[in-house]
Amino acid sequence: MIEPKEVWITGIGLLSSLGEGLDAHWEALGARRINVDEKRFAPCVIHPLAPVSFDAQIPKKGDQRQMEAWQRIGTYAAGLALDSAGVKGNPEVLSRMDMIVAAGGGERDLNVDVAIMNADAQGNSQPGFLNEKLMNELRPTLFLAQLSNLLAGNIAIVHGVCGTSRTFMGEEASSIDAARIAVARIEAGQSDIALVGAAHNGDRADLLMLYEYADFNLKDRYAPLWARGDKPGFALGSVGAFLVMEAREHAEARGAKPYAKLTKVVADRAQRNQAGALTKSLRAMWPKLGISADDGVVITGATGAEPATTEERAFLSEHPGLAVRATGTTFGHTVEAQFPLGLALAALSISRGALYPANDPTGFEVEKAEAPTQIVVLGAGHWQGEGMALVEAVS
Amino acid sequence: MTAPRDKFGRPVVVVTGMGIVTSLGAGKTDNWKRLTAGESGIKTVTRFPIDGLKTTMAGAVDFVTVEPFSSTGLSERLAVMATEEALEQSGVGRKGDFPGPMFLAVAPVETEWPQRLLVSRTIAKKNFDTMDVVAAGGGGRFADYHRRFMFGSVAGNLADTFGTKGSPISLSTACASGATAIQLGVEAIRRGEADATLCIATDGSVNPEAMVRFSLLSALSTQNDPPQAASKPFSKNRDGFVMAEGAGALVLESYDAAMARGARILGVVAGCGELTDSFHRTRSSPDGKPAIGCVRKTLADAGMEPDQIDHINAHGTSTPENDKMEYLATAAVFGDHTPNIPVSSNKSMVGHTISAAGAVEAIFSLLTLEHQRIPPTINYEVPDPAIPFDVVGNKARDARVTAVMSNSFGFGGQNASLILTHEPV
Repeated sequence: MIEPKEVWITGIGLLSSLGEGLDAHWEALGARRINVDEKRFAPCVIHPLAPVSFDAQIPKKGDQRQMEAWQRIGTYAAGLALDSAGVKGNPEVLSRMDMIVAAGGGERDLNVDVAIMNADAQGNSQPGFLNEKLMNELRPTLFLAQLSNLLAGNIAIVHGVCGTSRTFMGEEASSIDAARIAVARIEAGQSDIALVGAAHNGDRADLLMLYEYADFNLKDRYAPLWARGDKPGFALGSVGAFLVMEAREHAEARGAKPYAKLTKVVADRAQRNQAGALTKSLRAMWPKLGISADDGVVITGATGAEPATTEERAFLSEHPGLAVRATGTTFGHTVEAQFPLGLALAALSISRGALYPANDPTGFEVEKAEAPTQIVVLGAGHWQGEGMALVEAVS
Repeated sequence: MTAPRDKFGRPVVVVTGMGIVTSLGAGKTDNWKRLTAGESGIKTVTRFPIDGLKTTMAGAVDFVTVEPFSSTGLSERLAVMATEEALEQSGVGRKGDFPGPMFLAVAPVETEWPQRLLVSRTIAKKNFDTMDVVAAGGGGRFADYHRRFMFGSVAGNLADTFGTKGSPISLSTACASGATAIQLGVEAIRRGEADATLCIATDGSVNPEAMVRFSLLSALSTQNDPPQAASKPFSKNRDGFVMAEGAGALVLESYDAAMARGARILGVVAGCGELTDSFHRTRSSPDGKPAIGCVRKTLADAGMEPDQIDHINAHGTSTPENDKMEYLATAAVFGDHTPNIPVSSNKSMVGHTISAAGAVEAIFSLLTLEHQRIPPTINYEVPDPAIPFDVVGNKARDARVTAVMSNSFGFGGQNASLILTHEPV
C-alpha cells in the first residue's frame, strides 16, 4: 500500500441562522447568540436563516429563481467555501474538482398540497382529480428545485465545479459518508481536491410534517440541547456548510493555507432496535480515530431526538475530560448539514487557536482555555447512522 | 486471465453476481430472452387513473406488488429481488452476511399522495391549513411513515436484510445513479478497503406526481398509442423518454478474492469515468463537451484506446436532444471508428429506469459479452439522418464483443460511463 496522503481543509463556507462567513460565526458563537423562532410554525420551533442577499454568490437572478431556498443556501455556502480556498473562478482547478453533496429533497408547494388535501376531504376525489390539480398547478420548474442532485447541479452551473458530482442521500449519515468517501479518495490518490457539504432550510412545514409522524419536532418553547429533559425533540435549523478538502501536496503546490487537517472519518450503522446499540457503536469508533489524549474537544451534532441523544450522552459521559459543544443548541438540527457544520466549526476553532464558549445551562459543556489541537466531530442520526471525524492542527 | 492487477497497479474488479428486474420480467433469463427477442415492457398505466395526463404509458413493474403500496416500498422490493438473484449467483459470504459495503442508487424519497391523504383525512375541521396537517400527523399513529419516507430507509432495510458492512450509502446522480453506484464500489475495491462490494440500483417511481413532474418538463414521450412504440431512440420521430421501473444488483469483487474462493467471473469493470456538465439544469451541453470528456476519462481509466471498444450500450433516452448529443460526443471521441461500433439502446424496450438505468444497462452489457449477442433497439423505423450510428435496429445481432462502453448522460449535468470487458485488459 502507498502511504495515504494527508487531507487538508483549505476552504470553509458557512451560511446559517447566525449569518454568513467565518468572522460572523466566530463572533456570534463567542457572544452565545441564538436565532430562534417559536411563532412562525407554532407550536413547532425553528431556526430561520439570517437575512442574506444571495446576489453576492449567485449573481444571476435567473439562477436564483430556478432554486428553492435549500439550494440557494447551499450554492451560496459552496461559493463562500471556494472563495475561502482561493479557487473561486479558477477554471483550471474547478474543472477537475470533485464534489460530494449530501442532500435530502427540496421544498414542496404546500399551497398546492393543502388545496388538494382540502378538496379530497370534501369528497372531491373523482378519477384524475389529483392528476389535473398537479398538472395545472405545479410550477414546471419546481421539480428542479426538489431533485436531490440538483443542489450539486446548481453548484456546477453557478460556480463551475465540474470534475465529478455525486449526491449522497440518507439524512445525517449521508454527509458523514460524503466526508468519509472524499477523504478516502484523496488519501488514495483518486482525487486531489474536493468540495464537500450540504444545505438545510429549517423554514419548511413539509419537513415538520415528516418529522411529526414520529413526534420528533421540538414544541412550544426553545431549550438548549442538553436541557430538553422530558420534552425531547429537535428544532429544524438553517445551515449551508461546505468544505474544500485537498491533498496536502496539491494545496502546497498552489500556495493554499490550511485551516486544519482532516485525519480520519469513520461511520457505522448501529442496530438501534437494541437498547444501548448507539452507545456501543460510538464506543467502538472512538479508538479508531487515534486521539492522543482524553481531555480534548468534541463538537457533536446531537439532535435532541430520543433515545439517540441519551445514548450518545452516555458515551460522552465515559470521557469526563472532554469539552463538549452541541451545535443543536445554537443552530438547531440541520440533518444533512449537521456533520459538515461540525467539521466547519472544528476547523475554524483550530485555525483561531481557541474553542468557542460553552452554551449550556446544565453544565455538561465545560470551558476550555487551551488552544485545541485535536477536535472530534461526532454525528449520530436521529434514527439511524452515526460517525466521527478527527480534525487536527497542521503540524 | 492472469493479471490480478490492472496496468495501473490497481486490483482488477470483477463481477461475480448479477440480478435484474425490469418491466420485461424478473431475473436474467427472462429479461435476456425478451430483450433479445425485441419485446417491449411499456404498457398503458393501470396502477392509478391516467385521466388528465399527457403521457399515459410507462414501463411499470406491475407483476410485483407491495402492501401498503408506495413507490419507495416498491423500490425496496425490486432491490431485494435483484440482490437475492445476484447473491445466489455469486455465492459470496453467507446468507444475511455480505462481506463488504453497499452502494445504493435510489430515487429521492418523500411522503407520497396515498399516505399524505390518509393523514389529512383524519382532520375534522373544514378548510384546514398546513399546521393542521402537521398536527394531524403526530401522536404516533403514522410513525411508520417516518420510517418509510426517510431517504435512508431503503438502504437501511437492505443493509439489515443482506448484512452488508459499515454505513450503507444511498446516492442519486439522476439518470447516472446506477453507474455511480458501480463506480463507488469499484473505487472501494481499488483502494483495498474491501474485497467485495454490493452495488444496487432501483427505481419504482411510476406514480402520478413523478409522471406529472417529468411531463411538465416536456421530457416524456406523448406518443401513447401504441405504448410499445413510444420509446424510439435514434429515430427521427422520437419525442421523449418513457418512465420505467426496475432494479439491478451487482456483486463486485477483487479478482484475487474471486479466484481465491473459486468464483465464476462474469466480467470485468475495466474503467469508469464521470464528468459534470455545467451547461443547464436539464439539457446537456449541445456541443457534447462534458460527455466527450466523460467518455475520454473512462477510456483513460481503463487504459484503453477508442478502437478497443466494440459495442456501445447507449444512454439513448429517445429525447430529441440527448440522442443527438450522444452521437456527437461519441463521434468526437471515436472518430473514424464510430461507424464500426454497433450501438443499441435497451431503453427502447424497458424504458428509462432512471435511478436504476446505469446498473440495469451494465448488466445487459455483461450479458451481451456473455452471449456475444447485441440486443436490438426496437421501433427503429425512421432512422434520424443526423445520427448515423450503426444502430442495431429491431433485431438482435450476433457479434464478437470484447469490450462494451455503457453510457449514462443525465439531468443535472450528470455524466458517467463504464467499460465492461469479458477478460481483464
